[in-house]
Amino acid sequence: MARAQTARPEPYAAPALPRDNVKRLPPAPIRPVRKVEIPRTSQGFANLRRYTEPWLLPLVLLGLWYLGVERGWLSEQVLPPPAYVYQTLSDLITSGDLWINALASMQRVVLGFALGASIGVVLGAAMGLSRTVEDYLLPTFNALVQIPVLAWLPFALLVFGIGEPLKYVLIAKAATVPITLCTLQAFHQAPKGLLEVGRAYGFSRWQSVVGIVLPAAVPTLFTGLRLGFTKAWLSLVVVELVASSEGLGYLIVYGRQLFQLDLVMAAVVVVGAVGLLIDRGFDYVERRLNRGRPGTAGALS
Amino acid sequence: MSAVIAVSPGSRRYRGWVLPIAAIAIWWLASHQGWSQSGLLVSPEKVAVTAWEQITSDKFWRAICASLTRNLSGFFIGTSLGLVLGCLLGLSRHFERLVGPSFNTFKQISLFAWIPLISVWFGLGDVAKVAFLSLAALVPVVVNTCDGLRSVPPNLLEVARVYGFSRWQTIIGVMLPAALPSIFTGLYLALVYSWLATIGAEYLLVSGEGIGNTLIDGSEHFMMDLVLFAMVVIGLVGWSLNALARVCERRMQRLYGIAPR
Repeated sequence: MARAQTARPEPYAAPALPRDNVKRLPPAPIRPVRKVEIPRTSQGFANLRRYTEPWLLPLVLLGLWYLGVERGWLSEQVLPPPAYVYQTLSDLITSGDLWINALASMQRVVLGFALGASIGVVLGAAMGLSRTVEDYLLPTFNALVQIPVLAWLPFALLVFGIGEPLKYVLIAKAATVPITLCTLQAFHQAPKGLLEVGRAYGFSRWQSVVGIVLPAAVPTLFTGLRLGFTKAWLSLVVVELVASSEGLGYLIVYGRQLFQLDLVMAAVVVVGAVGLLIDRGFDYVERRLNRGRPGTAGALS
Repeated sequence: MSAVIAVSPGSRRYRGWVLPIAAIAIWWLASHQGWSQSGLLVSPEKVAVTAWEQITSDKFWRAICASLTRNLSGFFIGTSLGLVLGCLLGLSRHFERLVGPSFNTFKQISLFAWIPLISVWFGLGDVAKVAFLSLAALVPVVVNTCDGLRSVPPNLLEVARVYGFSRWQTIIGVMLPAALPSIFTGLYLALVYSWLATIGAEYLLVSGEGIGNTLIDGSEHFMMDLVLFAMVVIGLVGWSLNALARVCERRMQRLYGIAPR
């Protein structure tokens, strides 16, 4: 009986209980958490289902969208038919407009992010390594962080004008905040035990920073960079919506002004796709970084 | 540096004030010595006077109330929908397979990219703003609720099974309390995002009144004092919302006997 119980497929790793302990428990009514008994013959069908199920909802939505426009539930002006959006998207790609605007956006976000990331890492490291710097800077930093990027926008608009510097400054600001905070946290949560070992070996301050604190800080640091890039991408769209003459955000505003919703939707799709690509890229790098590490950042602290 | 080591914790608390006070002093000097002829360099006193004028005026309080009402209604709609969706995603494998990938793609679309579409679908009024705010609050709540329910420690579930808990009992008695900290993180983020989105909605869907519109007024009339005042107010409101959320979180945690994060 006990054997049959342990052979049952577990949806999660069961903690190893001492053998005799298990035997002494009263016979609990076993309720399967989920139905997992799939007959062998329908294994292929289950596999098929696993791959097709995610596409069901998008297809239904697309069908509804198509039907809604076809039957005239909604006017074409409010919701252009999917084929039309697809047409606009392929036009954008073939005419090269998409690349020009996407490149302009990418350049802004990458430069702004690089600027923000360098400031954030330096600031975070300075505060993380020196108590004095932290005491002087952190309260002011925390106060400024409370003001969201969008509230800085009018201020920056007045100070920098509508040119490119405005975009770089705002994107950099958006990226700096999470990167600074994560760097600070990463430096603070350096493993105490390892630092102790370092002290026992007579490490200099520099040696313990490079050899112990930095390697332990990498995952948290990376989380900060990732968050920073997401924020930078978010504020890029905002800045381009408000003030720009090229870029993906500009395409959206332009389409809105001309009431060409197909253009708006095509641009939104591109923005989403780029966001997804970036997210996947970060996911990949993060997994490579964490390979061979004992657990995630939390386990190290 | 050796002198610094001996500072008492009392004097360390004042160090945080050094930078802001120095900045204000330099600002004051700059505006009074006429280092810059730009009309944008307003003096600190002018900002203080503007702030006083605004605080004593009815219009300002109406704007704040309008913004807060919008913010909170969007927050409540968004978080309630988000909690339902997050629970479904976190508890049902089947639902997760059906909706999860679509939702993950959907959330990649930059929040503000929705504004032009929302403005066509819902107009520029309060409906559009609240719809946008709900969207802003929805995403973090769904993500964190779902994550929290998924990462319930397996040994807790094992105990529940040993005691013969029904599925419903397991959810109410084990999974929800264990997921509570993560759910709170989601709510917390939703509050931050919805305040950001309130400003964004007022900024990009210009109509009606709100603190974001005060900001735009200042920007359009080149009144730096008004811009600075509105920025400070936005920061203060955001900070108070955060503080409020933290107090609620601690209350709830004590209620459930969970160690604070």
